[in-house]
Amino acid sequence: MAETLHRQLGMTDDEFTAVNGILERPPADPELAMYSVMWSEHCSYKSSRVHLGGLPTDAPWVVVGPGENAGVVDIGDGWLAALRIESHNHPSFVEPYQGAATGVGGILRDIFTMGARPVGLWNQIRFGDLSDPHNRYLFNGVVAGIAGYGNAVGVPTLGGEVEFDPVYAGNPLVNVMCLGVLQEEQLVLGTAGPPGTVAVLLGAATGRDGIGGASVLASASFDEAAGAKRPSVQVGDPFEEKKLIEACLDLYDRRLVVGVQDLGAAGLSCAASEPAARAGVGMDLNLDAVHLREPDMTAPEMLMSESQERMMAFVAPDQVEEVLAVAARWEIEASVVGTVAGGDRLRVYHNGQQVVDVPAASLTDEAPILRRPIARPDWMDELWKRTDRQADVPIDVALLGLLDDPALGDRSWVYEQFDHMLFLNTVHGPGRDGSLIRVRGTSKGLAVSTDGNGRVCQLDPRRGAERLVYEAALNVAVVGARPLAVVDNLNFGNPEKPEVMWQFTEVLAGLGAACEALGVPIVGGNVSFYNETDGQDIYPTPVVGLLGMAEPIPSLPEPVTGGMSMLLIGPEQTDNLAGSAYQRVVRGALGGRPTRVDADQGGRTIEFAIRLTHVIHGAVLHDISQGGALMAAVELLIAGGVGAHAEFRSVEQAFGEDPHRFLCLVPANRKPEVEQLALEVGCRIEDIGMTGGSDLTIAGPETINIPLERLRDVWANAISARMHGAVHE
Amino acid sequence: MTVGIVAFPGTNCEQDVAYALESLGAKTVTVWHRESSLDGLDAVVLPGGFAHGDYLRTGAIARFSPIMAAVEKLAAEGRPVLGICNGFQILCEAGLLPGALIANRDLKFICRPAHLRVESTDSILTRAATIGQVLTIPLNSYEGNYVPGPEAPNAVLRYCDPDGNVTEAANPNGSAEGIAGIANGAGTVAGLMPHPERAIEDFMASTDGRVLLESFIASVEATPAGVASG
Repeated sequence: MAETLHRQLGMTDDEFTAVNGILERPPADPELAMYSVMWSEHCSYKSSRVHLGGLPTDAPWVVVGPGENAGVVDIGDGWLAALRIESHNHPSFVEPYQGAATGVGGILRDIFTMGARPVGLWNQIRFGDLSDPHNRYLFNGVVAGIAGYGNAVGVPTLGGEVEFDPVYAGNPLVNVMCLGVLQEEQLVLGTAGPPGTVAVLLGAATGRDGIGGASVLASASFDEAAGAKRPSVQVGDPFEEKKLIEACLDLYDRRLVVGVQDLGAAGLSCAASEPAARAGVGMDLNLDAVHLREPDMTAPEMLMSESQERMMAFVAPDQVEEVLAVAARWEIEASVVGTVAGGDRLRVYHNGQQVVDVPAASLTDEAPILRRPIARPDWMDELWKRTDRQADVPIDVALLGLLDDPALGDRSWVYEQFDHMLFLNTVHGPGRDGSLIRVRGTSKGLAVSTDGNGRVCQLDPRRGAERLVYEAALNVAVVGARPLAVVDNLNFGNPEKPEVMWQFTEVLAGLGAACEALGVPIVGGNVSFYNETDGQDIYPTPVVGLLGMAEPIPSLPEPVTGGMSMLLIGPEQTDNLAGSAYQRVVRGALGGRPTRVDADQGGRTIEFAIRLTHVIHGAVLHDISQGGALMAAVELLIAGGVGAHAEFRSVEQAFGEDPHRFLCLVPANRKPEVEQLALEVGCRIEDIGMTGGSDLTIAGPETINIPLERLRDVWANAISARMHGAVHE
Repeated sequence: MTVGIVAFPGTNCEQDVAYALESLGAKTVTVWHRESSLDGLDAVVLPGGFAHGDYLRTGAIARFSPIMAAVEKLAAEGRPVLGICNGFQILCEAGLLPGALIANRDLKFICRPAHLRVESTDSILTRAATIGQVLTIPLNSYEGNYVPGPEAPNAVLRYCDPDGNVTEAANPNGSAEGIAGIANGAGTVAGLMPHPERAIEDFMASTDGRVLLESFIASVEATPAGVASG
């Protein structure tokens, strides 16, 4: 009987044998339930853990590195910043609105668990082609879910990215990053404290929603029956979360908690075992005290439930009454559900009977570590050789095609559904390279950029990952911030395939090398495997979330007007278009080997961008990424409503996406100052044109003239025209 | 002179409104919705957010919070009462302002600056502005589509294009006659969907929110103590 149960819960026979070994007896059902969720890929990182050790995670300003609920860095003057990124891919495919909404809720709890007030959210979302109504339904639902939860919970959504590629049709990606700010003395960790400490469960009642979300949903691939997994998706209640945030921050202000753990994946199983394991203690958990939504839940159901908006606070016994009073003040429920015990056993009681008795740390630290086979795909060489030059079209046709692409055109259809102004700190919100918010009470600004590019990583996972780190660093540099810390969200296919594990290890090597070169520590991350449907894996899609700090916040860029010099900064574009948006939109087939990062040039470019923002007041800076230098220029011209005369000698010059390059626009009479600064930093600078008039004129092999109005209309409709009308299912 | 700012569970703009009013020289105090008195306060603001999660209907639960009786009393005394966004919805639901706010025409949340034309300067919200003035102030709502009651409301702000023309194309959410803000007949109770506190500093969408908040502060200062009390 138990044999069938463990498989139903997603455990392998080997894992079941290991549990028998730890307990020296067969596990009872509630025990098996706990091991199944805690040892799931999603919670245990069993396929990835052995590879994550080599990443650079240290720097003098790192206060909390990977392993806690969020990374924390020191930003000076007694202030800290907490950051974390997480995926909610599988739930969002099964139920886009709730899947995305609860992704937002979960990442917020990771941040305010640390004692920080969440101050910003970023989302990185990827879908199949919008010509398919199902993809439109998913896209619409995910955006509405992020908006519905984020707006109502009262945390601004400040940026992100959206990409479309057929490879994500069966497996959309929804990653969410959150940033929090706190003062040094407010820092709280996920520890249970000494024996005698009381565990208080705060927030929503426990129900049957989300049972097995970590094991059944997040740690398995999809097939045609994906819809049948809908009961494993949790349902979010942003109102409950808003109250929970305020209640927890109030508890921290009053110094009433020893430690806090949020209830996310694996619910109570995780909230009881992880803090106990971290503190090296045991725990007695009384399920009869848990406030329930449905009265007749079984012990395994309660232990596995992933009901949202719950937190476990660890409190000194003489402060329990005060904690319950604070909870009542904020109108949330609270139950005393456990006590920290000496020894190392986690004991769970239900209906007055002991139903679980296991070593607490065995759930977290003794999860199996897998050394999965690794093999470079035999199709890599073929992919690198594939460089199709046949399908090129005139520059203006290509440009209009790129502007009409929903991943490159106007994304305001997405971000105007998000409150991005709450708290009155948004200096640069969505639609910019990097977001920038002020930290009130200081002269500091915090900048965030999140970047992914599955196509470049498919072509070369190591180079692709390196480029993402440099892109994110440059994105915060162009708003005046110096890179401080990275969190990564590693979205991959099925780890049981050696090629996927090869992609994974290559990406880690690239991330590590780039962060090392830039001196930026990785303070947290999330691994999402099994992004595969019907045997088709997604591209390896790491997403880098990079935090930077500007001090002081530089003056705002001037509006783009006529008479400005257009300066291209960074190494000369090679003739390589591998992985570019141009290759995708115009040529179709993916192929070639992308240009690699030049650490020296990249570092100088980033340094130059930071100096420029602080020295040349009003300079307009824009990172060059998808669509290349011409696309970057057109975006600035559309924003300013002004034309230009620019020179692009080839398709590669116009649309190439070689790394660490940016555009700088300044009034023509200030160009010498920029040139002088470039000389000091050792950066290459190239004058590619001048703004003015109402047309874009491109001088190249042939001269092309397009009214700016036309470019703007095409760009503005890229998403909105495709999403017009009903998309409900 | 002290302005009370009411916080319901789910309200999220109370600190922003306090920051904005204080930066313009007012004194503020946050009042929790379970309180039943506003004694000693000269005016009250119901800020934006999602009071009680906006469950059932925006403002439908909030209007029954204990503090609302005190808000009604203050309004009856002729003291300034201002509702911003969710606060406007609550004032309509409580019957302190006419009409109701329903889901936006396109069934999408809208967060972006809107152009507003000042229609009347006879209210606590607009007394320092000039008629016909065009203001740029961020909108941030899903239920911002104003529907009037049987009688024409006292419209003080309308959505318009950058040149001040009230047109259907310039109407972001489908509000009747482009109405963005209204006041009661006496001009002492006012509500608007856009957020003036989001337009007060140079790095924001504009600084046009100041004139509305300055109007409010001037109105508080101009209302003599003990007016009509009883």
